This record gives sequence, C-alpha cells and structure tokens, in this order.
Amino acid sequence: MKAIDDLLLQFPYATVEQKDKFYSVSVPKENIHETASALRNNDTVPFDFLIDIVGMDYGDTLGVIYILSSSLYPTYILRLKTETPEREDPLLDSLHELWDSAGLYEREVHDFFGIRFINHPDMRRLFLRQDWKGYPLRKDYDADPAINPIPMDNEDLDDMENIPVIEVNHGQKFEHQHKLFEADEYVVNFGPQHPATHGVLHLRVSLDGEIIKKIDPIFGYIHRGIEKMCETYAYPQMLHLPDRMDYVSGPINRHGLCLAIEKGLELEVPERAHYIRTIIDELGRIASHLLGWGCIAMDMGAITAFVYGMRDREKIMDIFEETCGGRLMANYSVIGGVMADIHPNFQRKVKEFIPYMRKMLKEHHLLFTGNPIARDRMDGVGYLSKEKAIALGATGPTGRASGWSNDIRKIEPYAAYPHVDFKEMLRTDGMTFDRYVIRLDEIAESLHIIEQLIDNIPEGDYAAKTKAVIRLPEGEYFQRVENARGEFDVYINSRGDKYPYRVKFRSPSMTLVNTLKAIAVETKVADLIMLGGSLDYVVPCIDR
Amino acid sequence: MFHFEVVTNWIDALLREHLSEGWTLLIEFILIGVVILTVYSVLALILIYLERKVCAFFQCRIGPNRVGPFGVLQSVADMVKILLKEIIKINKVDPFLFRLACYLVIIASICTFGAIPFDKGLQAVDFNIGVFYLLAVSSIGVVGILIAGWSSNNKYTLIGAMRSGAQLISYELSCGLSLLAIVVLSGTMQLSQIVEQQADAWFIFKGHIPALIAFIIYLIAGHAETNRGPFDLPEAESELTAGYHTEYSGIQFGFFYLAEYLNMFIIAAIAATVFLGGWMPLHIPGWESFNGIMDYIPPVLWFLGKTFFCIFLALWVRWSFPRLRIDQLLSLEWKILMPISLINILLMTLLVL
Amino acid sequence: MDVKDIRIKNMKTEDFKENEYLEEYVRELRANGVNVVVSKLDDLINWGRSNSVWPLTFATSCCGIEFMCLGAARYDFARFGWEVTRNSPRQADVVFCCGTIVHKMAPVLKRLYEQMAEPKYVMAFGSCAISGGPFKKSYHTVMGVDQIIPVDVYIPGCPPRPDAMIYGMMQLARKIKLQEFFRLPKQPHPENQKEFTAAFNDTNENVEKGGNQ
Repeated sequence: MKAIDDLLLQFPYATVEQKDKFYSVSVPKENIHETASALRNNDTVPFDFLIDIVGMDYGDTLGVIYILSSSLYPTYILRLKTETPEREDPLLDSLHELWDSAGLYEREVHDFFGIRFINHPDMRRLFLRQDWKGYPLRKDYDADPAINPIPMDNEDLDDMENIPVIEVNHGQKFEHQHKLFEADEYVVNFGPQHPATHGVLHLRVSLDGEIIKKIDPIFGYIHRGIEKMCETYAYPQMLHLPDRMDYVSGPINRHGLCLAIEKGLELEVPERAHYIRTIIDELGRIASHLLGWGCIAMDMGAITAFVYGMRDREKIMDIFEETCGGRLMANYSVIGGVMADIHPNFQRKVKEFIPYMRKMLKEHHLLFTGNPIARDRMDGVGYLSKEKAIALGATGPTGRASGWSNDIRKIEPYAAYPHVDFKEMLRTDGMTFDRYVIRLDEIAESLHIIEQLIDNIPEGDYAAKTKAVIRLPEGEYFQRVENARGEFDVYINSRGDKYPYRVKFRSPSMTLVNTLKAIAVETKVADLIMLGGSLDYVVPCIDR
Repeated sequence: MFHFEVVTNWIDALLREHLSEGWTLLIEFILIGVVILTVYSVLALILIYLERKVCAFFQCRIGPNRVGPFGVLQSVADMVKILLKEIIKINKVDPFLFRLACYLVIIASICTFGAIPFDKGLQAVDFNIGVFYLLAVSSIGVVGILIAGWSSNNKYTLIGAMRSGAQLISYELSCGLSLLAIVVLSGTMQLSQIVEQQADAWFIFKGHIPALIAFIIYLIAGHAETNRGPFDLPEAESELTAGYHTEYSGIQFGFFYLAEYLNMFIIAAIAATVFLGGWMPLHIPGWESFNGIMDYIPPVLWFLGKTFFCIFLALWVRWSFPRLRIDQLLSLEWKILMPISLINILLMTLLVL
Repeated sequence: MDVKDIRIKNMKTEDFKENEYLEEYVRELRANGVNVVVSKLDDLINWGRSNSVWPLTFATSCCGIEFMCLGAARYDFARFGWEVTRNSPRQADVVFCCGTIVHKMAPVLKRLYEQMAEPKYVMAFGSCAISGGPFKKSYHTVMGVDQIIPVDVYIPGCPPRPDAMIYGMMQLARKIKLQEFFRLPKQPHPENQKEFTAAFNDTNENVEKGGNQ
C-alpha cells in the first residue's frame, strides 16, 4: 500500500522487504525506538495494534521481531526486526510506552532469551522462577535436569516482588531494584490453586478493604515449554501441541498450525477438508463459549447456569467423539486436510443440534441474562474503551464488545469462511455485560454458519497427499486464525529442515490478563473474579 | 387431634410421682438435651441429603443414589467420614479462639432450635419473650463466625468474617422488624401463644397486606442470615475459597457445616411458626367439614410440611440466583428492606388499632 | 476371621480389569489376621469413608475440563457422593491431580497435599500427571506427580474420558474399603517429611493402576 511505502521511506537505515501484504522492516538496534514511535504515532497508517513480539536466537545474534498491524488497515502486517550481537548481556530499548501490551511480551522475551529491555518498568522473568538458571529458548541452552532440579520449596516472596529496572544514561548502565508492594499493604494471593482463576494463574492483589488497588499477575505455573519442544519435533509431530494450549477451542488452534504449514508447503487443500474443518471449528467455538458462559455465571455464584452450559456442551462432545475420535482433544486437522472422513451420522447429528441449541440459547438468556442480580452485577463495571482495547491487544469477543472490529474470519477469511455469509458481532459499550452477551450472540452466529455449510460439504478427498517427510522451505510463515478467545497466530521460522527453527504462538489470553489488570483496579474483589470470567482467558494458553 | 403434650405431660407426671422435684427436673433436662441433640443431628443429615437431591434436580442431574436406597444414607456416610478426619493443628492461630469459634456457632444454633414449637407441648423452652429470645440467641452465631475468621490467621477468612459481620448485623434488623410486625398483631411474644392465636386463620391471612410484606421481608432477610446464596458472601466459593472456615478441618468444619444447614431449618421453622400457623392445620372459617379433615393430619406433620416448604423456597433461590456484591447487599438492606419494614410496622399498628 | 472381600456396591469385581494389587493386599491382610471387633468397626468406618470422598478442586489444565464434565449433568459423580468439591484443602479427602505439573507448580502441589487432613488420597489424572505425557521432552515439566507426592490411583488418557475417571474413583473406593483405619500411616512431623515421602514412594507397590482406555 502506498501510504505504508511512503511511511517506510522515512527510515533510510531500514531494510524493507515486501511480500503481498506483509512488510518486513529490519533496523539497527539504535534506531528501533525512533522507528517504532514513528510507526505508532503517525496519522496516515498508525500501527496501533501490536500483535506479538517474537524473540529470536539467530545463532550468533539475538533478535526481536515486533509484529504490528493497524486497526485502520487490519490486513496489512508489518514485521519490525532488530538484533544485537551481544550474547552475554544483550540490551535493547523497551517499547512498552508505545503499546500497552508490549510490557508483558518483552518480559516473555527476557525470560526465554535473556534480552533485557532498557527502561522497562518491570524486568522480572515472566514464566520461569526467578531463580531459574539459563534462558531456555536460546539454541545453546543446557536442559540438563541437574542444573534446574524440581524445586521443593515455594518461591521466595522477596524474589517475586523485587522488580529490577535497567536504565542507560549517556552510555552508562544503571541497574536498580524496587519493591512492588509497600510493607503495610494488605496483599492477598488469588491462586495458583483457586477456584476462580480459570487455571493456575496467580494474582497478587493489594486490597483496601474490599477495593482492589494493585494487581500483579504471575504466570508460569503451567509453562510446559511448548515452543522449545516444537523445535525438536517434525512438523506432523507438533500438531498435537496447540490442541493442548487452549484446550477449550483446541480444534481452531490446530487448524491454525496446519494452515501455517500448508502455506509454507503451498499445498492445495481439498475443498471438502476446508468445509469440514470450518464446521468443526465453529462447533468448537460454540463449546468454548458455552463453557465461558458457564464460567462467568459460576464466578458470580450461579452454579446451575454452569451445569446447563456443560450439559449442552456434551452434545458437541458427542459429535466430536464420533467423527474425530476424541472428546476434548479432537486431534482432527492434519497437514493437508483432516485425519479421517466424517462419520455417517455427522450431518444428521449436527442438524439436530442446531435447533436444540437455539432453543437452549433462549433458556440461557431466560436463566441468566434477564436475571436482575446478574444485570446489577455486570452493569457499569469493567469499562474497556476501544482505544484501550486496541492498545492492550485485547482481541476476540472482548475487543468486539468494545467496538473494535477484529474478527480474523472477516479480515483474512481462511478455510470455508469466504463461502459463508455471517455477521461480525459488534457491540459498542465495552462493559462486562457486553462481553457476556456477545458470547451468546456469537453462538447464534456460529449456528448460522454451520447451517450454511452442513448441507453443502463438497464431495472429494478429505485430505491432500503429503510427502512422508515434510520439509518447509526456508522462510517465515505467519497465519492468523480466530480462536474463541481472540486472535491466535502461528509464526514459523524455517531453515529448510525437517524441524522448524523457531515456532511462536500468539496466545489471545495473555493480553486478556493484561486487560484484567487494567480494568479491575478500583473495583471490588467480587468484581475481579467476575471480570476474569467475562474476559474468559485460558491460562495454559498463556503459559504454553 | 393428637398432641405430643399428652406424652410429655405423662412423662412429667410419672417422674414426679416417684422422685423429688430436683431429680425430676434433672432427668427431664438430660432427656430434653439428648432428644434435642439427636433431632438436631438427624434433621441436619436429612437436610444435607435434601439439598443435594434438590440441587441435582435443578441441575438436571440425579444426585446421590448409590448409598442406601435412593442414596438416603449418603449424609450418614459423610458424617462417619467427617468424624474421623484429622483435626489439623495450625501454626500461628489463636488456639483457644480457633477452637471456641465452632462451638459458639453450633451452640447458638442449638439454643435457637430448642425454642421452636414443633407441636403443642413439644417445645423445650417456652419463654414469654420467645421471639425476643430467638433473635437474641441466634445472633451469637455471628460472634462465632467473626472469631473463626480472625483467629485463623488467614486473609481469606478475615475478609469472609468481616463480610459476614456486616451482613448478619444488617439483616438482623429487618428480620427483627418483620417479626415485630407480627408481635404487634398478636400482642404477645410467646411462641406457643402466637401459634394458638392462629387456630382460626394463619397470620399471613389474618394480617392482610402488612403480614404478607413482613413474610416476604422475613424470608429474604432470614435467607441472608443463613449465609446461603445469593447471600453467601462470607464463604463465597469462587472468591474466598471457603470463606471464614477455610482453615477448619474434620469435625470442627463439620460443626460449621451442620450449623449452616440447621440455621436454614430454624429460619424456615420460625417463618412457619410466626406466619404460617406453626403446627396449626389449615382452617378456613365456615368450611366445617374441610376443617375436620385437616384436623386429622397430625400437627407435627403440618409443622414439618410448612417448614420444608419454606426450605424448598430457600433452595430454589439458592440454586438459581448469582451472588450479590457486598455493596449491593448492604444497600438492599439499608435502603430498601429496612425502610419498608419500618413503614410496614406502622401499617400493622394502624391495622391493629 | 475372614478378611473382607474387595467388593463395592457400585461395580462388580469381575468388571474391574486390574485386581492383582488389591488381591495381593487382601492376601497380606489375611495372613496377618485381624481382630474381630476392630474389623467390624473398620467395616463401618470404611463404608463411610469410601462412600464420602470429597475432592479438592484442583486442576492445572485440560483434564480439569473433563473433571468439570464429570461433575455436570451427563456423568454426575454426585451419584456416588463425590460431588462435594471443597475449595479448601483442609476439608478435602482426595486431590484429583488434573493436568501437567511443572517445576514452578511442584512446590505448590506439595504444599496443598501437606495442608490436607489425614486420611488423604491422590489420583493422577491423565498422562501428564502420570509420566509427563506429551510434554516428556520439556525442560520444565515434572515427569509424573509421584515424584512429588504419593499417588494412589493412576488414570491414563489424554485427557481421560469421564467414564475412565469414574473407573478410577471406584478403584480408589475399593482401596479405601480395604484399608484398616487404625493402622493408616500417620502424617509425620514436618521435619521428617522428606524421609516420609521417600518411604511412601517405596510402599507404593501396592497401589493399583486404574482405568484403561
């Protein structure tokens, strides 16, 4: 696009590559801050949405890739790259003040690669314990269990609260530490084992009576090192991993990874597989939203609503079980198509399910949406403005409840989405209630999508033939899909081997926890739990 | 109509015939104590079973059905288990208060239980200030909860206890005020007399609209006093893990568990006694034959029937509504229920005059 | 005096696939002989204990969702009296270890286990909790929860179906039924905890592996 080309002309030091709608801009590390602020703060194409930050170990240098997009032109993606030859104590400028979401991503890069960000307000490790030795995603990491044995004692609170900050002034490096909480603050731990943190998230919350003053989320209690494991797996082997990240909408994640690999192989996937994948995705989305609906109700104390959600979810699990063979882990998409053809009962069961679910949606609205206590609880709490949602990168239903149109199914239609007619659910108020009700609306819309596809599944193969050993050509591959929680992205860097050089998954849930931190301050303890439910994050997806 | 009065009077007469005054009283005290404790625990077991079944019914589930016929022995098994669980000694708690708290809660609940008239003569204490006694004794429980929360040395329990303190003290007011409306109507505080006065028609019918308002307010406030959803903030499971009793294990936790269920029974029983005529059968003036048939049903069944009806209402609400937030909870009480109760008493007074 | 049979009401003994460990245990008990009064009392106690097992709500990842399914309308473990999930470890009898345990979580799980009141049981749900499962190659995964806490029942699957979970629950119920309450190993002083854990792992031989998909 011309506007972007013009913008990039401002940076004479940058190397620009373009491929379709993907721009790749490499800049020296001295200029990164200047370039990023120019990209962020211009009027023509403001790159206001930071999709993800990918840390890289190129072998001799360490680098960072900022993947940017603009809410005005969401189809264009710009990769801003920089690297540093230093491996002992690599330092880069922090961009946390340009995008609200950058802070957490930079901490992740620090945790995995040991790159420290200058002027970053909080340079603790994100996932691993503060006393962990080594940086696991570096190529020279020593995974000997003797170096990092299973700890038997809880992490030291001092370590968890001491925040290191690095500043550079006139070429002089200053390091100092400060405490997160004052000595007289009433700090309560929610989690890691807590009924309402949706997994093992650990929130350290400073309270004044019932009112929340400060939140410090601590991740990593389910960090399994999926990205590092991917580097040791062949492409078909790593397919089962994204299923287990965001397990509630697993089929969609797996679909995303398959699409990314197929993009690299330039593989022609049969139309039939596209249709089947789309139907399974949408069924998965309904299952996920039903669980999300149940969880927000349960967080507010209505356990019956939760059981109703689970009851309807079982119908989808039945369909999955027949066709995919698994209940929760469908394990259905494979490179080039799907694992097996649909079961003869599949179409009949799905067609029975659609009217059933429509009836039940009415019942769900009756039970909970119209309930005066539920309305009182949700109204006027947890306001998230559109600008804030974009800055935080709160994609998915959360962003759409604030009026940010970010549905990847519309922006970059993949699989069978170009063939169906559906609306992107948008609301404008950005309140808890909007985030709640948009999920029920999306269930209805998903039913509408399935209805259009189920009778029109084309005949033909259900999977394309692939080679026994899959080697991805050298290059970078990026695929965006719309998960039930937001944008799920796969970034694959291949060097032409059987194994990927680097795989990065964008977890939609991570930015949602950051959003929780932003909207839950000055609310009450009960609201914190409810807001967590309304954002509907899945912690194993964050921790990976 | 058969009343338990006959049995109790017979026992009393029998003892007095053979023993001196002091011995008679002693034996009767012990007898009553044993009976109350037994009925208390049996009722708790029934209630726990009932709640699990009713909850399952609302949630399209089956509920306990394996232990004994229809799972009726489920709560007995739970009791056996909980009696044998280890009671953990926790470092850095206040040991005396920590142990005292659960007893306070259960004593308050047993004392209130004793004042409930199950039938004519089947009532352990029949003070002439019965209603006043009920209110006074039942509020000891909140002290127990506060102590439990404070002595556990845990942040969740402390928040739970503070919530519970604010909640119980507030709702005690509407509870008392709505009972007061009936006291105004009946002119007595003695529970047995209140029941006797409802022989022709229950107070909820006799007292016109003010009695109905008082009944509804009592149900809401009473429900809040039992710490059960949607008013279960002190033990809000999704927020405070288990609230004020997070640190209790074994039978100490069992005491809280029992008291919770029995408090539900007590609140329902008081509602039945004061508003729905206690053990009095349903009588409609003028329909003599109908009244005659109603008289054949034993009064204890009448009483239990009404009580369990109120309990069912409570369970229904508990399993359908989400939880309130603390500020909504308090504004509901101070801004809505209390003013209405005060006006209601005024109305009732006008009605009586 | 005959030592009790390994029989529970909910499921026939023939229907269980793995009986060897329990049969071994019964033979051992028979050889030692049991006092009649204690045995009858034990029967009563174990009837109560095996029918009232309250799980701790503890789930780290995927298996937690299947655990929720177990509590919901279709599978309804309330039928067996297991539905009183306690959020406070002090009041729970069994910890369902649903999901992967990683290095950072290990001390937390160990602490939760120590906070529970005796008698307490552990069920390892899913392949991650049994052996690390699909994350065997990871640098941050604990290869099986039995490295941290003693496990009573292993339920394989990724994640196990709710039916398999019920099978595992029944196996645990049988194990509880066989135990002699008055001779259960008692929680030692915290200072001896390490040795205790080691010792407990050694005696883990008579633990059954349940559920087979």
